[in-house]
Amino acid sequence: MDTIVQQNLASGGIAATASEDPILQVKNLTTVFQTRSGAVPAVNDVSFHLHRGETLGLVGESGCGKSVTSLSILRLIPARAGKVEEGSVLYGGRDLMQLDDEEMRRIRGGEIAMVFQEPMTALNPVLTIGQQIIETILLHENMNREQARERAIEMLKVVHIPEAERQIDNYPHQLSGGMRQRAMIAMALSCNPKVLIADEPTTALDVTIQAQILELMQELQAKFGTSIIMITHDLGVIAETAHRVAVMYAGRKVEEAQVEDLFEDAIHPYTQGLLQAIPGMDSEVEPSGQRRRLYAIEGTVPALADLPPGCAFAPRCPLATEICREKVPPLVEKKPRHWAACWNSPRPYAAGQA
Amino acid sequence: MSIASQAAQAVPVPAAMPQPILKVEGLKKYFRVRKGLLARNSQYVQAVDGVSFHIDPGETLSLVGESGCGKSTIGRMIMKLIEPTAGAIYINGRDIAPLSRRGMQPYRREMQIIFQDPFSSLNPRMTAGDIVGEPLLVHGIADDGERQKRVVELFRKVGLRPDQMPRYPHEFSGGQRQRIGIARALALGPKLIIGDEPVSALDVSVQAQVINLMTDLQQEFGLSYLFIAHDLSVVKHISHRIAVMYLGKIVELAECGELFRNPLHPYTEALLSAVPIANPRKTRKKRIILKGDVPSPIDPPPGCRFNTRCPLAIDRCKVEVPEFREVAPKHWVACHLR
Repeated sequence: MDTIVQQNLASGGIAATASEDPILQVKNLTTVFQTRSGAVPAVNDVSFHLHRGETLGLVGESGCGKSVTSLSILRLIPARAGKVEEGSVLYGGRDLMQLDDEEMRRIRGGEIAMVFQEPMTALNPVLTIGQQIIETILLHENMNREQARERAIEMLKVVHIPEAERQIDNYPHQLSGGMRQRAMIAMALSCNPKVLIADEPTTALDVTIQAQILELMQELQAKFGTSIIMITHDLGVIAETAHRVAVMYAGRKVEEAQVEDLFEDAIHPYTQGLLQAIPGMDSEVEPSGQRRRLYAIEGTVPALADLPPGCAFAPRCPLATEICREKVPPLVEKKPRHWAACWNSPRPYAAGQA
Repeated sequence: MSIASQAAQAVPVPAAMPQPILKVEGLKKYFRVRKGLLARNSQYVQAVDGVSFHIDPGETLSLVGESGCGKSTIGRMIMKLIEPTAGAIYINGRDIAPLSRRGMQPYRREMQIIFQDPFSSLNPRMTAGDIVGEPLLVHGIADDGERQKRVVELFRKVGLRPDQMPRYPHEFSGGQRQRIGIARALALGPKLIIGDEPVSALDVSVQAQVINLMTDLQQEFGLSYLFIAHDLSVVKHISHRIAVMYLGKIVELAECGELFRNPLHPYTEALLSAVPIANPRKTRKKRIILKGDVPSPIDPPPGCRFNTRCPLAIDRCKVEVPEFREVAPKHWVACHLR
């Protein structure tokens, strides 16, 4: 993507390519859960955008808010648990947060589809794979049952499920984990959505099956031009699939960059620590007996109900100073198309600064 | 199936200079499953089918493989949490496979296990201090005062504060709970610790803390680890030797560096190439994408069990079980083509 970069102030400091508008734009999203220990901001003032045909990686550890972000976009947060308190999600010129339930139903699955981590819990166990895909197609497309069944078989073939004509009448438990995940991707893509949100789509799978599914997703993206939000804790998966990456910590976006820039030149101390904490697959093995110590980030992720004032990472940060403990750092463009929220990282780069 | 006849067929283990702390020979576990309404035809899941290896003092041997390959079953058999169908398990030269529960008692001090899930492996109604002190109580090792002192010491050793002893498991984070599990495992001063996916449930930043703790403790106490895991980057970091399993059998066993530099079994090659690398600019060797799924262990393919997915399989692989043999110094593989 070799386009002129513009500073977009309204979106909280996010770059947009000049050639086209983003397909999806999340602005200042804040989702709050009501718990016994009070109101907990699971997602706190998060903004990002997604281009056509692009894969945006959303990465962070458990409880950082990456899954809640995706559920918020599709308005799938149960009302009794929590709600989106602030922010907008712009898609096709409309704010999804303002749509009525009927309009939202048409967006879900039709325009923006989702793939979950656990196909066994996401699929309905008492309906066949076919029934579930056909139901989705009938809801969104102007087709009769026969045409929908044909489309469903076609989709199962697209995701390389062997003997699709037979497998379509199987129940989820009759399929292996990898095949179930393929079926869920087939269902997600059956109405040709523009955006696919994949929440840890390969985390429950073995590594050889993960390789199959990631390859499939890239193949389908090339074929249909789908934009993908890839949510994962696995930096390897991010490195291999994402074009751009947003890193989340304790409900906030702390860094965003092109994937190469993030891995080679991470700015936020949390991202740096995360990258150093992975045992390297591509490094040489040290001679026996001389185990290198892994870099470990001290302490643990703070409870969302009990966040420190200032930067949430400050208690674990080797660079933290007075201001970090007092004020939340703003997200600033530190290098071209590379944002970070840190008081102590390098000064903002000069060009194009607001 | 007699144990003696199994042991006779057992694959030889490379000889090591010191006496291994653990030696396993021809280990098998078949689970019976019933099929059909009247359960007339019993079938057997061949979870582990003739596995042999050893671990030297101070050494970390990892068992890797995908779900259902039998790696956790091996860990549980060594702990005698489940009874082996056949085979021998030598601890300091003595076969513990035939021992009764009572006969096992002295050997339980020699080896301990750490489980994957720090949420379900700690009793929620006991305080952290009582959990760590329980093995001492069960084995009647120390009186109350001494036990208390030992628990304090163990807490410090694993990076917990003694003032956290009266707290209950739910008051700790995942990483801290795994530290409690490690402290409990260390209480009796074992020589061998079996870690069954001990860091898989932890976040990356916390995982690194626990891995460092485990390597520190190994150096301090000369512990041996049997490390059961599926995450190859963790395995690469912590192992001295690695055994790769597929459908109940070890297909390759080599020293850590050698295995990653020079994988010989086509399954090992595919497994290593499938791991996503956290480096977007890395030009990787062509990724081998295996076709299909792991076959059912109830009815494993004849010949080499990997032949249905192997990109190199020839006719011989479909009929003849490949011998597990040493093709380079300390590098063992079961493949007709190597």
